[in-house]
Amino acid sequence: MHAEKRPQSKPRLAVYKFASCDGCQLQLLDACGRLLELAERVEIAQFLEASSRVDPGPYDVGIVEGSISTAEDRERIQQVRRDCRFLVTIGACATSGGIQALRNWGQIDEFVASVYASPATIDALATSTPIADHVPVDFELRGCPVDPGQLLDLITSLLLGRRPRVPSESVCAECKRRGTVCVAVAQGIPCLGPVTQAGCGAICPAHDRECFGCYGPAEATNLVSLTTFYEKRGTPRERLTKLVRGINGYAPAFREESDRLESADSMRARP
Amino acid sequence: MHADDRVVQDTDPLRPTQGRGGPAVGSWVWLPTETLQPLIDVLRTDGMRVIGPQVADGAVVYRDLAEAGDLPVGWIDEQDGGHYRLQHDPEAGFFDHVVGPHSLKNFLFPARETIGHFLREDGTWRQVEDLPEEPPLAVIGVRGCDLAGLAIQDRVFLGGEAVDPGYHRRRESLFLVAVNCRRAAATCFCHSTGCGPAASAGFDLCLTEFPGRFACEVGSERGAAVLAKLQEKVPLIACTDSERAAAAEQSERLEQAMHARQRVAGEPAPRSLNTEGIRDLLYDNLEHPRWEEVATRCLSCTNCTLVCPTCFCSSVSEVADLSGDAVQRERHWASCFTLDHARMHGTSVRSSTASRYRQWLTHKLAGWIDQFGTSGCTGCGRCITWCPVGIDITEEVAAIRATSPHDEGA
Repeated sequence: MHAEKRPQSKPRLAVYKFASCDGCQLQLLDACGRLLELAERVEIAQFLEASSRVDPGPYDVGIVEGSISTAEDRERIQQVRRDCRFLVTIGACATSGGIQALRNWGQIDEFVASVYASPATIDALATSTPIADHVPVDFELRGCPVDPGQLLDLITSLLLGRRPRVPSESVCAECKRRGTVCVAVAQGIPCLGPVTQAGCGAICPAHDRECFGCYGPAEATNLVSLTTFYEKRGTPRERLTKLVRGINGYAPAFREESDRLESADSMRARP
Repeated sequence: MHADDRVVQDTDPLRPTQGRGGPAVGSWVWLPTETLQPLIDVLRTDGMRVIGPQVADGAVVYRDLAEAGDLPVGWIDEQDGGHYRLQHDPEAGFFDHVVGPHSLKNFLFPARETIGHFLREDGTWRQVEDLPEEPPLAVIGVRGCDLAGLAIQDRVFLGGEAVDPGYHRRRESLFLVAVNCRRAAATCFCHSTGCGPAASAGFDLCLTEFPGRFACEVGSERGAAVLAKLQEKVPLIACTDSERAAAAEQSERLEQAMHARQRVAGEPAPRSLNTEGIRDLLYDNLEHPRWEEVATRCLSCTNCTLVCPTCFCSSVSEVADLSGDAVQRERHWASCFTLDHARMHGTSVRSSTASRYRQWLTHKLAGWIDQFGTSGCTGCGRCITWCPVGIDITEEVAAIRATSPHDEGA
């Protein structure tokens, strides 16, 4: 980046990684031509996925990928918050704890012992939690991974000072707009689309697969009604619990529903 | 009478007074099933984009149609609340499925449409006229309820002071080959809304299926012109009066069976909707406890509104590039079931599911009458079938009617 080109006026952007797979950062890299356009308008001061150069803060916008899953992360996020005027979190890990939050229902020691050859080298918290559980977050962008178009719209919105254009409707709206035949109605596949926030473009149902809830619970929804209907149509409760307790299983609405399904299941199993 | 005597010739009384010689508007001719391909060819040769029902992804959907062999011969659809399954039936004809998830709305009021393109140059905005040219549409296989839905959307998009230019352009050139239903699904109630099962008006050609052939009614000059071209390829035989009566009787029999809620050829009884005084019934019951009850089942997922052939809500956004100097004005389907739909001054004025379901149903069946002079419901049953939890508009109205304080003892 040439220091003589508008050195002072560009907003400064930092991208951070916590416990995650890097997929959301890759979405930003995959934005290709538009990323170059973005680099013209903002100073990308820290983005380790793209460059090992790190310019010190403070930053105007901090983009955080990943969940808090170690004691060190728990401390680090506090400094990140102090360094960034706007803090936005991206992806299922950062906004709901991610797939690794499945451990929140288990015993960390058992997982560590069964997975790692030298458990003593692992220093992890018992839970994986979203960033907003630890510091105030200005905007959460959902998805596993996030949609590059939404991510760039979010950054553009911050630059232009307008509200980001992120839909709150269900995935069904996207299926209907692209003309996809409903897999739940026409094939009897239990699908989370009706209770999941749109944003992905309804990719999975277009390929005869159910929605896995990658964008988390829709704004106004009714999980109990949907799972009750699926169960009446013959889907075993255990499968429904697993479906809801997936990518975004620790998001409050999904968490409550999988807990309800599980507790009702154990109650039913009693003699 | 020998069949050849009825070949439509220059001396035939059915010949239009003008034009190149073909069946006149209001006349009926036989189209053997083999003429579907030449019919498609005539429409395509005329530069039309031909759409027709086809089996895809477990349903009969509307798609671009080039081959008559792609029509869903031998398929019927089993429908119920939240349930749709295709079944192969060797007895079934070309059009014995009923209605799928798509309707004419998908083509005339597309789910996404760029309605403007703007550039900022030297601080001044300029509209770019680069919207794509679309070929005229011909749709084969539309039903009475589809035509009724089209007539309702015409009032919405063309009937007021503001005419929607895209809809207008597509509607003007639309060519419709209707089909009279021979069966009703369990979710059908067009007999209650007066929209079917027969296609009564608004088509260019209308087919009634018989074994191996269709009785084809000519509904418009354009329909007559298409048949005139078809006649250059295949000889057309006029229907006799008794054959026309047999075609009409086929639709009447189905309608009577639907009214009697009889099982139609092994089908479950269709639904019905008592529309008597429905506007006042709903307006008088805005605080009925049923709204809260249905909200315990409703997902607010928007499916009912998006499959509805008459729901017309949309949202318009200005989509800018990163520089903010190039803006596309994008319109897409929206729904009254989202919180955003009623968001004003930072808050949604219909924050509960009960209020949103009530808004949809009372608008569809009551407010629509005040606004457009017609109900917004065609009785097609799509909202019942494609609701992921099978909420049934006819059942909800019946529940309100059953316990309405204004209807007690009625």
